Amino acid sequence: MAKVLLEMNSITKTFPGVKALDNVNLKVEEGEIHALVGENGAGKSTLMNVLSGIYPIGTYEGDIVYDGEVCKFHNIKDSERKGIVIIHQELALVPYLTIGENMFLGNEQGSKWCIDWNKTYAEADKYLAMVGLTDSSKTLIKDIGTGKQQLVEIAKALAKNARLLILDEPTSSLNETDSRALLDLMKKLQREEGLTMIIISHKLNEVSYVADKITVIRDGSTIETMDSKDQEISEARIIKGMVGREITDRFPKRHDVEIGDVMMEVNDWTVYHPEFSERKVVDNVSINVRAGEVVGIYGLMGAGRTELAMSIFGRSYGIGISGELRLRGIPVTLKSPKQAIKAGLAYVTEDRKGNGLVLSNSILRNTTLANLEGVSKGGIFLDKDKETEVAQEYVEKLRTKTPSVEQLVGNLSGGNQQKVLLAKWMFANPDVLILDEPTRGIDVGAKYEIYCIINDLAKAGKSVIMISSELPEVIGMSDRIYIMNQAKIVGEMKASEATQENIMAHIVGVKGEPANADEVNADAVDADSVESEA
Amino acid sequence: MGASKVKNFLRKYMMLIATVVVVIAFGFITGGQSLNPDSIDRLISQNAYVFVLGTGMLLCILTGGNIDLSVGSVVCLAGSVGAIIMQTRLFGSLIPWPIAVIVMLLMGLLVGIWHGYWIAYVKVPPFIATLVGMLAFRGLANIFLKGKDVIVENKDFMNVFGGSDTCYVPDFLKNVGPALVSGGNTLNKTCIVFAVLFAVGYVLYTFINRVRLIKLGYKVDNIVVVIIKTVLIVAVVLWFGYKLASYRGIPTAFIWIALVLAVFAYITTKTTLGRNLYAVGGNEKATRLSGIDTRKVMFSAYTLMGVLAGFASILVIARGQKAGPTVGVGFEMDAIAACFIGGASAYGGTGSIGGVIIGATLMGVINQGMNIAATPVNYQKVVKGIVLILAVLFDIIMQMKRKGAKKKHAKVITTEEGGAKS
Repeated sequence: MAKVLLEMNSITKTFPGVKALDNVNLKVEEGEIHALVGENGAGKSTLMNVLSGIYPIGTYEGDIVYDGEVCKFHNIKDSERKGIVIIHQELALVPYLTIGENMFLGNEQGSKWCIDWNKTYAEADKYLAMVGLTDSSKTLIKDIGTGKQQLVEIAKALAKNARLLILDEPTSSLNETDSRALLDLMKKLQREEGLTMIIISHKLNEVSYVADKITVIRDGSTIETMDSKDQEISEARIIKGMVGREITDRFPKRHDVEIGDVMMEVNDWTVYHPEFSERKVVDNVSINVRAGEVVGIYGLMGAGRTELAMSIFGRSYGIGISGELRLRGIPVTLKSPKQAIKAGLAYVTEDRKGNGLVLSNSILRNTTLANLEGVSKGGIFLDKDKETEVAQEYVEKLRTKTPSVEQLVGNLSGGNQQKVLLAKWMFANPDVLILDEPTRGIDVGAKYEIYCIINDLAKAGKSVIMISSELPEVIGMSDRIYIMNQAKIVGEMKASEATQENIMAHIVGVKGEPANADEVNADAVDADSVESEA
Repeated sequence: MGASKVKNFLRKYMMLIATVVVVIAFGFITGGQSLNPDSIDRLISQNAYVFVLGTGMLLCILTGGNIDLSVGSVVCLAGSVGAIIMQTRLFGSLIPWPIAVIVMLLMGLLVGIWHGYWIAYVKVPPFIATLVGMLAFRGLANIFLKGKDVIVENKDFMNVFGGSDTCYVPDFLKNVGPALVSGGNTLNKTCIVFAVLFAVGYVLYTFINRVRLIKLGYKVDNIVVVIIKTVLIVAVVLWFGYKLASYRGIPTAFIWIALVLAVFAYITTKTTLGRNLYAVGGNEKATRLSGIDTRKVMFSAYTLMGVLAGFASILVIARGQKAGPTVGVGFEMDAIAACFIGGASAYGGTGSIGGVIIGATLMGVINQGMNIAATPVNYQKVVKGIVLILAVLFDIIMQMKRKGAKKKHAKVITTEEGGAKS
């Protein structure tokens, strides 16, 4: 048995209100590629942040044994000195600096007072060769593609004398060829340099391709560790571990909701990335939603769900948008959020703090922001009494916990902020609400209340599109589910026929893995039959 | 809870308290001279431009900490054009002053539109767009002035906008009833009546509004606090009125400042435009996604700033009785400082007209006090700089404290929820 390089014992990490990690154990042997898999929010990234010292010693319980000694990391520098290097999902490179400058940023070569640029670039070239990148280290980062940038990140890590390399979703922004190249590089580094690696990934086919061991994390706990030496690890096997929980009555039932006519319809919708204009972020998507219906869109992060929603909502995301949007059967063109709101659309963002709320303003001001016409005379003179009345009404209706409507939204808890955000859009009185991850980062009790609000909206005849990366939530709350992966809708099914496994299979199947091909086809047929029934 | 209440109180009224302390301190330092009626009078007319420009600057700062560096130059430019027009003869007689006033306001408006367009629609960073204005408009003004001062002689213009000895609201009530004499000065009765009317009006408004709010079932402040606050405000108003009345009455500049402040206090608190300014500064993306045209909001802020700069130029040339190449140098910094001392956030989204009033007054008092105490000019600048950093530091510290308190608070809430669940 190989030497154990890293052991994380009973790691528990609590954020205010949430237990992100609960007694997690992880054992990594020297020279292996160890994969961490789990749903969004399962705690993978948190665990790696604990390991790399981003959450310093004392903010968590349990201990880290690395290379035979107990480690107390106070910051990233501490862990890097030991050779633990983390490469984050978002690349941390400065676009207008050269590859070499980026690689040695914070680790400059030469003496303290003078950077030795010759040494810098020579060293950089050496590591670039190691990762198989032939570009000169004097090339600007902005001039190379994301695939190569990812390689630069790895070279940068190697330059720090990494012994344990952590890759967080390294292929999330890469195309298939680049992804495969990256995985092969990982295998090569393992073989030739004896590097130990931990990879976090959603893409199960990649995981089973590259990993020696796979640890499944679910709801902040380690579920199991599978060893590819002992057994052939199929994706189905991994999925079972990932979603193994039962769906209980965490979701309130909807009664007596009549599903009416098609309210909104999107056909052949294609959207390009605003910066990388050749990249499709939404690819020929067609969806529809009926009055009183809750339609779930399931997909992992980066599948293009938010991009789809925002591009529909007055083209607030993306460029080169093409396709047809129909409201109540009539084709419409919505060029701004303002027009979208006028047409009866609402987009409740997944990013409460960034795109949703004005944290420095009060509940009252946030509640009326999307519909100031509704509380003013002539759209100019605000009626403060009416505003207070409205804000008060929604605070009571949604049971927002706050001392008064004058409370700053920034002072509320996540769940209550989400309620204020919902209140804002409910007051705008839309026909179609697109809820993007409506329960992200809020506790179970508040989640239930949000679900009740969604049910009330459906009951009131509104059309609700709920984007979520939580499978139980999608299955429990939707009437119908679209499955989205890599910019495309890859499946559609009735919620009553959906299981976590067959939804996941759709997502895995896109890669065209032969092992799952049959299953995927079977499901596709299912989806088609659902469509013809509907 | 007691401690956090004190903190809240401090946070809200610190600058007001500081202003009062500074006023009293300078009163002592100058042997009461800084509290003389003529000093109070001069405080207003000399600083009129700070109030007006500070108001405009607040609008820009609200949209996200954006500033307008050009206002000093705009004051110079609009002032020069106005002064030149008033000295120009057309068909044998001088061009009437109202035309000059309209032109000055229009110039301000045009400058505002110019800046607004670049900043809001072309996305030129405000710092750069207005730096361009700062350079270009001063240059333009110098071209018009040919590098020389232009004297403003029009008496009517000065009477209306406040400059020389006659620029006070006439004492309409001079011959009504017996003359009021106090401390050797004959009091200006109009001024006294105004002050009393304002005080009474304020008291009535406060309590009628309070009764209305209670009827509607809203939470209201503690009655004791309200009474103390009202008494203090009434006292200040009456004291202020008395001081002005002991000198020459109400300076016309005061009326204009009050008008500008009142209009913009209304705009910032009671209109959708005002609300949008705060929202854009607080979170531009969220505001855009709420269906608000954020470009239009930015454009409005800079356009209004321009108009106010035009208006300030009127007050400035009336007060100085001339336009000149160096008029308005450094005005932008006074305006910016007034906003920040008054609690506006350098990141946008918070700030108020009330804050601008306090900021401008505090700066004015310090200026004047040091002038009377014969502090050398260069030391004065150092002191002003220190005041600004102290004000901002105070704000930052209070915010850090609040965040700390918030975290504890959040923990309490979660445990409560946890309890409720189980």
